[in-house]
Amino acid sequence: MTASRLLERLFQTLPVLLGVSLIVFLMITLTPGDPVEIMLADSRATPEQAAVLRHDLGLDRPLPERFLIFLGRALTGDFGISFFHRRPVWDVLVERLPATIELTLAAILLALAVAIPLGVAAAVKRDTWMDRALSAISLFGVSLPGFWFGILLILLFAVQWGIFPVGGRTSFDLEVARITGFLLIDTLLAGRLDAFGAALRHLALPAITLGLPTAALLARVVRSAMAEVLTSDYVLFAEAKGLSRGRVLLRHALKNALIPVVTVAAIETGSLLGGNMIVETVFGWPGLGRLVVESIFARNYPLVQAAVLFYAVTYVVLNFVADLLYTGLNPKVRL
Amino acid sequence: MSAAEAGALSPLGLGLERFRANRTALLAAAVILLFVLAALSAPWIAPHDPADADLFRRLQPPAWLEGGEWGFPLGCDSLGRDILSRLLFGARVSLLVAAIVICIAAVIGTLAGLAAGYLRGWTDTLIGRLVDTLLGFPYLVFAIGLMAMMGPGLHNIILVLVYKEWVFSCRVVRGETLAAREQDYVEAARALGAGPGHIMLREILPNVLSPVLVVATFRMAYVIIMEASLSFLGLGVQPPTPSWGSMVADGRDFLVDAWWVSTLPGLAILMLVLAINLASQGLRDAFDPRLHSA
Repeated sequence: MTASRLLERLFQTLPVLLGVSLIVFLMITLTPGDPVEIMLADSRATPEQAAVLRHDLGLDRPLPERFLIFLGRALTGDFGISFFHRRPVWDVLVERLPATIELTLAAILLALAVAIPLGVAAAVKRDTWMDRALSAISLFGVSLPGFWFGILLILLFAVQWGIFPVGGRTSFDLEVARITGFLLIDTLLAGRLDAFGAALRHLALPAITLGLPTAALLARVVRSAMAEVLTSDYVLFAEAKGLSRGRVLLRHALKNALIPVVTVAAIETGSLLGGNMIVETVFGWPGLGRLVVESIFARNYPLVQAAVLFYAVTYVVLNFVADLLYTGLNPKVRL
Repeated sequence: MSAAEAGALSPLGLGLERFRANRTALLAAAVILLFVLAALSAPWIAPHDPADADLFRRLQPPAWLEGGEWGFPLGCDSLGRDILSRLLFGARVSLLVAAIVICIAAVIGTLAGLAAGYLRGWTDTLIGRLVDTLLGFPYLVFAIGLMAMMGPGLHNIILVLVYKEWVFSCRVVRGETLAAREQDYVEAARALGAGPGHIMLREILPNVLSPVLVVATFRMAYVIIMEASLSFLGLGVQPPTPSWGSMVADGRDFLVDAWWVSTLPGLAILMLVLAINLASQGLRDAFDPRLHSA
C-alpha cells in the first residue's frame, strides 16, 4: 500500500472519530442533572458560587462551543478531575490500563491458540463428526452469557476444586514494585518466580472467561478460511507435487487462511476491551472496566465519559489496523 | 415437493417449507415457543409471588437436594423468594425487551436502509455516517455509557438498545436495496411513473423482508444477552422486578453455600439464547437463496 493510500484511509476514519466524540459529548451534556450540583453536593455553596463554578467550567456557553472545547481538551488528554479520586481523570485511567491490556492480550492469545488448531482440524475433516462437533461447540460459545460463564468457572475451579483463586490480580503477600504496570513483566523483572506464578494463576480464569467465547467465534473464521484455501489451485498443485500433507497445510494453506483470522482477531480485541467491564466486575480485576462500572454508581461522570471515549477510539483504531492488516497481508487485495 | 409445487409457492412460503424440514431448527423453535408461553402465563403458572420474601426459606436448596421441598422446586434465593417463580417472571422481561427492541430496530433500520439504498446522494451519506459512528462503539461500552447517563429502568434499556440495534438491519437492507434498484421490475415500475415512495415500499420492501427476518432473529439472541448483562451490572431493570441478569448477580455472594441461586437463571439465558441461535441458523439456511444455489 502506498503512503498516499494509507493517508487517505486515515482520513476516512476522521469523520467516525468526530462522530464518536460528538456522541460521547452529548451523552454527558444531555444527561438530566446538573454537574455543578453534583460537584457541590456536599458543600454549602451559595447560588453565586455555583454560578462562578458553572462559568469556570464553561457550562454557560453555547453547545457547539462547548463541544469544540471538549474536543480540544480531549486531544491533549485533559478530561477534567475525577470527582472521586480528586486527581486528573487521565492519570487515573492510565494507571488502571495495564491490568486491562494484560487481561485482553491474554484472552486473545488464548483464543487464537484454541481456535487455530480446532478450525484447521474441522476444515481438514470437513463434514465429519469433528466438524459438526466444532460447529456445535462454537454455537454454544456464542450463546454463553459472559458474566455467567465467569461465575460458573469460579464455582467449579475456585470454590469447588480450589485450583485457581476466586478473584483479584495477585495475593497480598506477593506484591512487587510497579515498573510497567504489567504484573507478569514486573514480577519477572523483580526476579520473583513465586509472584509470577501467582499472577498467572489469578489471570487464568478471567482470561478463559473472556477468551473461550472469542475462540468459538474465531474457530469458525479459521474453518471457513481454511476450507476455502484447501480447495484452491495452488494447494492442489502443492499436493500434486508430492509435498507432505503437513507441509502443504502449514506452509501453503494456513499462511493464507490466517489473513481473515488476523483481521477478525484485531476487531475482536476491540470488542474484548468492552467485554472486560463484565469480566473485571465478576473477578474483581483491578482494571479500567471495573473502574468504569464503579464510577457509574459513584456518579463520577468525567471518568465514565473519558473511558467511553477511550474505548471507542481504541475500537475505531483497531478496526483501522485490521483493515491495514488485511490489505497488507493479502497480495490479492490492492485498494 | 415437486418442481411444479415449488414454483407455486412464494419465496416466503418456500422458505417456511424448507424451515419445516429442518428438525434441529424446529426443535429450537419449539423451545422458544415454550419460553414465550411460560412468560405469558407466568402470573397463572408461577407457584408463588416472585416478590414474596420469607427469611425462613433463605437459600433453601432445590427440591431434589437435601433440605429442599417440592413446594419450591428450584429452591429459594437469599431473601427466601421462590426461584422458579422468579425465573418465569424474569422470562417476561427478557422476551419483552428483546421483542420490542428488535421490532422497533427492524422498522427503523429497514426504512433507513431503503432510503439510503434507493435515494442515494446526501441521504445515503448522512445515514452511512451515522451507521459508521454507531459501529465505532463496542456494543457493551455504548450501552453501559448511555445507561449510566440515562439511569436504569426498563424504558431506558429499550431506548439504549434501539439506538444501536437498527444499524444492523439498516446495513443489510441498504445492500439489498442497492442490488434491487438495478433490477428490471424496479425499472418497469419507474417507467410506469411510480414515485420513490411507492417503489421503495411496494416494490422493493417485499423483496428485502426475508433477510430482515433472518437478521432480526439472529440479533435477538444478542439483545437478550445485552439486557441480561446490563441487569447483571445493576444498570438494567430495577428490583423488585425479577430479571435473569440481576438474579445471577444476586447469587454471586452465596456461591459457596447456594450454587443454584446464580446457576439456574444463567442456565435459562443459555437455553433461550441457544434456541434462538439455532432457529436463526435454520431460518438463514431456509431463506438465503445464495446458500441454496451453492
